[in-house]
Amino acid sequence: MAISQSIEGSFQLIGGNFDNAGEASIKLKQELARLGLNEEIIRRVAIVTFEAEINVIIYAAAGWLHYAITLEQIKIKVEDMGPGIENIELAMQEGYSTAPDWVRELGWGAGMGLPNMKKNSDEFKIDSVVGEGTTVEMVINIK
Amino acid sequence: MKLKEIARLLDAEVISDSADLDADIMLVYSSDLMSDVLFFAPPDCILITGLTHPHVIRTAEITRINAIVFVQNKKPDSETVELAKKKNIHLLVTPLSKFAACGRLYMNGIRDCSEK
Repeated sequence: MAISQSIEGSFQLIGGNFDNAGEASIKLKQELARLGLNEEIIRRVAIVTFEAEINVIIYAAAGWLHYAITLEQIKIKVEDMGPGIENIELAMQEGYSTAPDWVRELGWGAGMGLPNMKKNSDEFKIDSVVGEGTTVEMVINIK
Repeated sequence: MKLKEIARLLDAEVISDSADLDADIMLVYSSDLMSDVLFFAPPDCILITGLTHPHVIRTAEITRINAIVFVQNKKPDSETVELAKKKNIHLLVTPLSKFAACGRLYMNGIRDCSEK
């Protein structure tokens, strides 16, 4: 594997801008492919970051996606300036969504995003403050 | 099953130039909900959908979906087609409904991820 030390980076995410949805995830995916990581690992990282990106676009004004790649794991942290989540337990339930209709018409907002991030992560942590924003931290182990 | 066999079964038009019609397809997933595709679709499957938005291509790229069949003659716009070409994702358009398209493939031995 071509990773010798920690590789870190960030992408800025803009709320409401569906035109570029997925761009950060696809760039990160390409970076992981360039490093020669296993396809299944790449797929899991791409899914969790894409879901997180979509959530920022739907709900928040703006956000950041940070990543750190080491020999052992890939750490992802997505923080947004959004409305926050009132009931995290409810938001983690498959099928629960507060997405508006225009989002659903684009095929999103089915209430699978947060559960999918958890499903594809080895470690998953979510913190949210209503009126301030939400931070999701995920770890995917390489070995 | 070869992609060209699937195109024949669905009376589908292949609209991406890059399509490798000899690509082997074993699994199919069908949904209009991209969140469900991201959650349930297996890698290396084809997606049958009624949604023609460019998000479908981005979702396919993320989940490693090789081909997309649009139902009921829904032709994607040029932005969607161009994006698919860039990502080497094959696009097909069938006149069949989603139910009928899935039914024909099921009758011919194709299964989805829950039954593989």
